[in-house]
Amino acid sequence: MYPDNYRYTKEHEWVRVEEGVATVGITDHAQRELGDIVYVEVPKVGTHVERGKSFAVVESVKAASEIYAPVSGEVIAANEALAATPELLNSAPHSDGWIAKIKLSVPEEIAQLLSSTDYEAYLGAA
Amino acid sequence: MPLLKTPLHDVHRASGAKMVDFGGWDMPVEYQGVLEEHRAVRQRAGLFDVSHMGEIDIHGPQSLNLVQHVTVNDAAKLKLGQAQYSALLYWHGGFVDDILVHKVAADHYFLCVNASNQDKDLEHIVNHNNFDATVENAGPRYAQLAIQGPLATGVLRKLTDADLTSVKRYHFVDGTVSSAAARIARTGYTGEDGWEIYIAPEDAERLWGQILRAGAEFGIQPCGLGARNTLRMESAMPLYGHEIHASITPWEAGLDWIVKLDKGDILGREALVKQKERGIARKLAGFEMQGRGIARDGYEVLANGAGVGWVTSGGPAPALNKNIGMCYLPLDLAEPGNAIEISVRGRGVAAVTVPMPFYKRAK
Repeated sequence: MYPDNYRYTKEHEWVRVEEGVATVGITDHAQRELGDIVYVEVPKVGTHVERGKSFAVVESVKAASEIYAPVSGEVIAANEALAATPELLNSAPHSDGWIAKIKLSVPEEIAQLLSSTDYEAYLGAA
Repeated sequence: MPLLKTPLHDVHRASGAKMVDFGGWDMPVEYQGVLEEHRAVRQRAGLFDVSHMGEIDIHGPQSLNLVQHVTVNDAAKLKLGQAQYSALLYWHGGFVDDILVHKVAADHYFLCVNASNQDKDLEHIVNHNNFDATVENAGPRYAQLAIQGPLATGVLRKLTDADLTSVKRYHFVDGTVSSAAARIARTGYTGEDGWEIYIAPEDAERLWGQILRAGAEFGIQPCGLGARNTLRMESAMPLYGHEIHASITPWEAGLDWIVKLDKGDILGREALVKQKERGIARKLAGFEMQGRGIARDGYEVLANGAGVGWVTSGGPAPALNKNIGMCYLPLDLAEPGNAIEISVRGRGVAAVTVPMPFYKRAK
């Protein structure tokens, strides 16, 4: 369910790092909790995001939820497909439902994120 | 305080429904997803557990006098087996609650009230009972199921001997559903045809299962409070705590049609008469988003950059493929066709006022 090569946060975001760039999204657990997703506000390319600060908004039928940046850095791409098809966050949260790509400014932050095993254990305990 | 539970609580948990705290009740918010459940009710049939709703029985030779005093609609117009939408008001004209009044007998009225207001409503009515009438909290004696949607009658017909075709909208019969005693009312909170069934709590679990089995051929879907909210919002039906509350009067909420000033003495009448003479300053209006963004309860409404009102309910309208909402606006802006903005996370998003209801079922 939760890919081994991803890292996770307790706020239910995932991160996949390739060559200093983190692709970021919300986890399958998060999309289940939110329910039908109808709107995603992605960050603007070029903005600087800081770990733990709100950088995107995901709205379900019921409510709007802030998404917190799992890592710090510059947004170098945002998933524009989500404007027309926000439901990608429900159907493919770990792949096509990615939210943004962030060029890491503090690469050490990655080591502080959860492994898939740790994240699954966290979900099990929660 | 631990959350309150309906008699169907274990059934909801066991079937994997997502549960939320709703006004102190642990209630299912969704089974399959709000959108799918919404669609099921608009196109087929949905089954809701609304056992958290409150019931109040008023008996006695002067039960009508008490009902007439505390409610705004004219209960004297009710025939046996008829129900009406009405409201309880404070002396200052603000809402205590919105309710359904059913005439069971000349000396017996049955009220359905909002879950989180039932204690308050009961106390309010008791405090104003200067009549030869008894007021009883009937809530513990009832579970309530709602079958809603164009195919709801077909589902229910399989389970009851009651002649459903003779029961018109806002009427009810006392009969049986699957041999359990039931008050079967053609009412609802979805904007569709449908039924609200009052039964004994001990019959709830069996009936829930039987209705789902009987409804399988019609594509019935168990539904949660999430879809109940999007359905009532599309139909512009007010929700206590949002469109109506203690600081809002029926004139402001656009509920003039339920206020019958001519019937005589009503608690709150003087305030209503005064406000009518003076004129209201704000009114409930419907709106559609034009820009990208979703309005939510509590968001500010702007006109020419200045704050002019607030959103009472907002969100997607699944049957219309739009984002809609209701809001309070100054009188001149509340008419359909006015450009407004909704402040979405500090950004003004274009919207336009529109007539309500947003959705109307085909007759």
